[in-house]
Amino acid sequence: MTQFQSETTDTGIGVVRPVGRLNMVAAPRLRSLVAELVAQGTARIVVDLSETESMDSSGLGALIAGLKTARQAGGDLRIAGARPQVEAVLDLTNLRRVLRPRPDVASAFAGD
Amino acid sequence: MSRHRRTAWTGSGASSVRQLADRETAAALSPRVPLTPGLVGLRVLVVLTAVLGLNYVVWRWLESINWSAWWIAVPLVVAETYSLVDSLLFGLTMWRLRRRRPPPPPPEGATVDVFITTYNEPVDLVMATAEAAQQIRHPHRTWILDDGARPELRERAEAAGIGVITRSGEWAGRQRHAKAGNLNNALMTTDGEFVLILDADQVPDPAILDRTLGYFRDPQTALVQTPQVFVNVPEDDPFGSQAPLFYGPIQQGKDGWNAAFFCGSNAVLRREALMQLGVSRYVTEVELAVTRTLRTADRVLARARRGLDPSQTEARAALDAVAGAVARSRADLRAGAALADVTYRFQQQVDAAARRLVDADVTALESDLAEIAALSSELDAEEAGPAELDRAALARLAHRDWSPLGAVETVRALVRAIDVDRDDEAQPLMPMATISVTEDMATCMRLHALGWRTAYHHETLALGLAPEDLGTMLTQRLRWAQGTVQVMLRENPLVQRGLTLAQRLMYWATMWSYLSGFAAVVYFAAPVVFLVSGILPVQALSADFFLRLVPFLAVNQLLFYVIGRGKRSWRGQQYSLALFPVWIRSVTSAVANVVFGRSLAFAVTPKERQAQTRRPWHLVRPQLVVMALLVVAVVVGTVRMATGQASALGTAVNLVWVAFDLAVLSVIIKAVRHRGPEVEPAEVPA
Repeated sequence: MTQFQSETTDTGIGVVRPVGRLNMVAAPRLRSLVAELVAQGTARIVVDLSETESMDSSGLGALIAGLKTARQAGGDLRIAGARPQVEAVLDLTNLRRVLRPRPDVASAFAGD
Repeated sequence: MSRHRRTAWTGSGASSVRQLADRETAAALSPRVPLTPGLVGLRVLVVLTAVLGLNYVVWRWLESINWSAWWIAVPLVVAETYSLVDSLLFGLTMWRLRRRRPPPPPPEGATVDVFITTYNEPVDLVMATAEAAQQIRHPHRTWILDDGARPELRERAEAAGIGVITRSGEWAGRQRHAKAGNLNNALMTTDGEFVLILDADQVPDPAILDRTLGYFRDPQTALVQTPQVFVNVPEDDPFGSQAPLFYGPIQQGKDGWNAAFFCGSNAVLRREALMQLGVSRYVTEVELAVTRTLRTADRVLARARRGLDPSQTEARAALDAVAGAVARSRADLRAGAALADVTYRFQQQVDAAARRLVDADVTALESDLAEIAALSSELDAEEAGPAELDRAALARLAHRDWSPLGAVETVRALVRAIDVDRDDEAQPLMPMATISVTEDMATCMRLHALGWRTAYHHETLALGLAPEDLGTMLTQRLRWAQGTVQVMLRENPLVQRGLTLAQRLMYWATMWSYLSGFAAVVYFAAPVVFLVSGILPVQALSADFFLRLVPFLAVNQLLFYVIGRGKRSWRGQQYSLALFPVWIRSVTSAVANVVFGRSLAFAVTPKERQAQTRRPWHLVRPQLVVMALLVVAVVVGTVRMATGQASALGTAVNLVWVAFDLAVLSVIIKAVRHRGPEVEPAEVPA
């Protein structure tokens, strides 16, 4: 079962860390986690993929849904620390054209 | 060979059984089409038809057109060419006719959601389908996707332990995209690996999943389509509801080219394939929208600047700032920056410009704040949930939309379009294609373009209801045709990347067949013209003419006969010509819709019979006029021949032609005179 760790940094950035597989079963939970964070006023979110073993298209769909939620609240959603399997999925669907993976959580909102 | 086999069998029993099973599975799933003697014979006929057809039509173009009567001669040769292409495409479809072996058992632990789509069908009918769906043997969850959001249906479904999904709040005020939207909405709230889609009237067999899921052992398979068969259709099928040629040889032929079609119902789809399609479409569409907006931005901004009063210097400065942000976004995109980053920076810059503008203009600021305050107190009064968020959202609105910058509607739309949230759609992911009123064909074509495979499983596993009155039937056919022509115009298969040449032609073949209305008019007009006036569209009814035409017609009919053996294919042939007003209207309305943005006047096909008081002759007026003209032409032509004004041969040929036309059109009379059963089970009040 996929676990989600979630925290807010000192700079007010929400970090969500899916641990395990981000697939069609886990995707709805990621969507609602992001929605909750945004509803609580944290509209700048990093999804930390360093503990995410694999991802399917439903997982990508949840990232896109989260991006929309964050943008509509004036914030943004970024992804960080993707492993090779996840990078491959980003390439396959061309999602890299939209979402640029950041090396790690610390650098995700650097400069913004 | 025998030694190899012995080695295999003397090994572990279990593993050799597994090997055998694997071989069976491989045979059932392999894309190879075995070359049986039957298929060889079929191919000989296909080649013969093509050769004889080309022999006739090329000669027609080069040698036989009666140019002095070009106004009928050219349309006729064009119509004949149309029919030849139709025949060639049919031959290509039959070339790899594929009768699949039964698939292996379902993949272990496959999870399935069963979707029953409904909009306004009677609650009893929907419930009957849903309860049958509950009885499907393979483990699954049953959902009713009620686009009518009817409380009564929800109550009864939940009492029976069936889930109901209605549109989420996101859809309010946005395009609903009919059935495609209904399915896309449900895909976001469910999580099964596979999805079985059923129309509200398609009652499934309990074995439907056991018989189809096995194809998904091939990880590249995205879709398995089964036939659509109707139970409420009389033996003689007056409305041509059954499509035995399509749900049979045509789908089997397309399947041979890995182009089996998705037909909207009675099909199982792989969620991963749909979601992957949704994600890649999202990327394509965001990229298209952003680059297109950036391209036209200069014009929009220049127009906005011209509309400003000379005194509005701050607004002018703000527009300059937007123009600067546009220029920078263009440069970033060219440098390969990701769209989310480019648009985020753009929005930040526009926000900053708007803020400067507001700061500079104290009066504007105060009035804005007053409006915000009024709105927030209204929201507070209504107990507006987390007030923090609303204030944040309102503050943002104040910057972008309520500042004098946002007052220019075109600029506001421009700014909103340079984003990655697809604000114009209810959800960013739309796996089911929304470019057409029939979502199935476009979705399937996009899946094929992504490299997915599809399968046609030729076994009736659901029984549906066909329209029982002529008006409903005509509406349904019009909608199917309009949807197909929309796809042809919006995403022409001939130019879609990712499709094989054969797949392109398989999609094109179906679209081509919907253009038959224009050819039909010519086939009705040509004999009338000769019988009434003696004008022949060909130079002469010479031996050459008959020697080329007759063998082609004969072998073409033979091919059709061999393929349609034991099937009632004549009804379909009749309707492909007799519904010419429907086909023509589908093309003209779809062109008006796609090219000029007019509405299609789209109607949902009612599953209930419409009230029938009088026979609906008015629905087929064009066909009746044509029939009357044909009969008059017979009389006039016979008189002309009898009085020596027309040749016996020419008259005879054209009389035979008219007889064929009348035989085709006679189906219309049958359809108008048909009355459905007096009381249909679904209409009995509970």
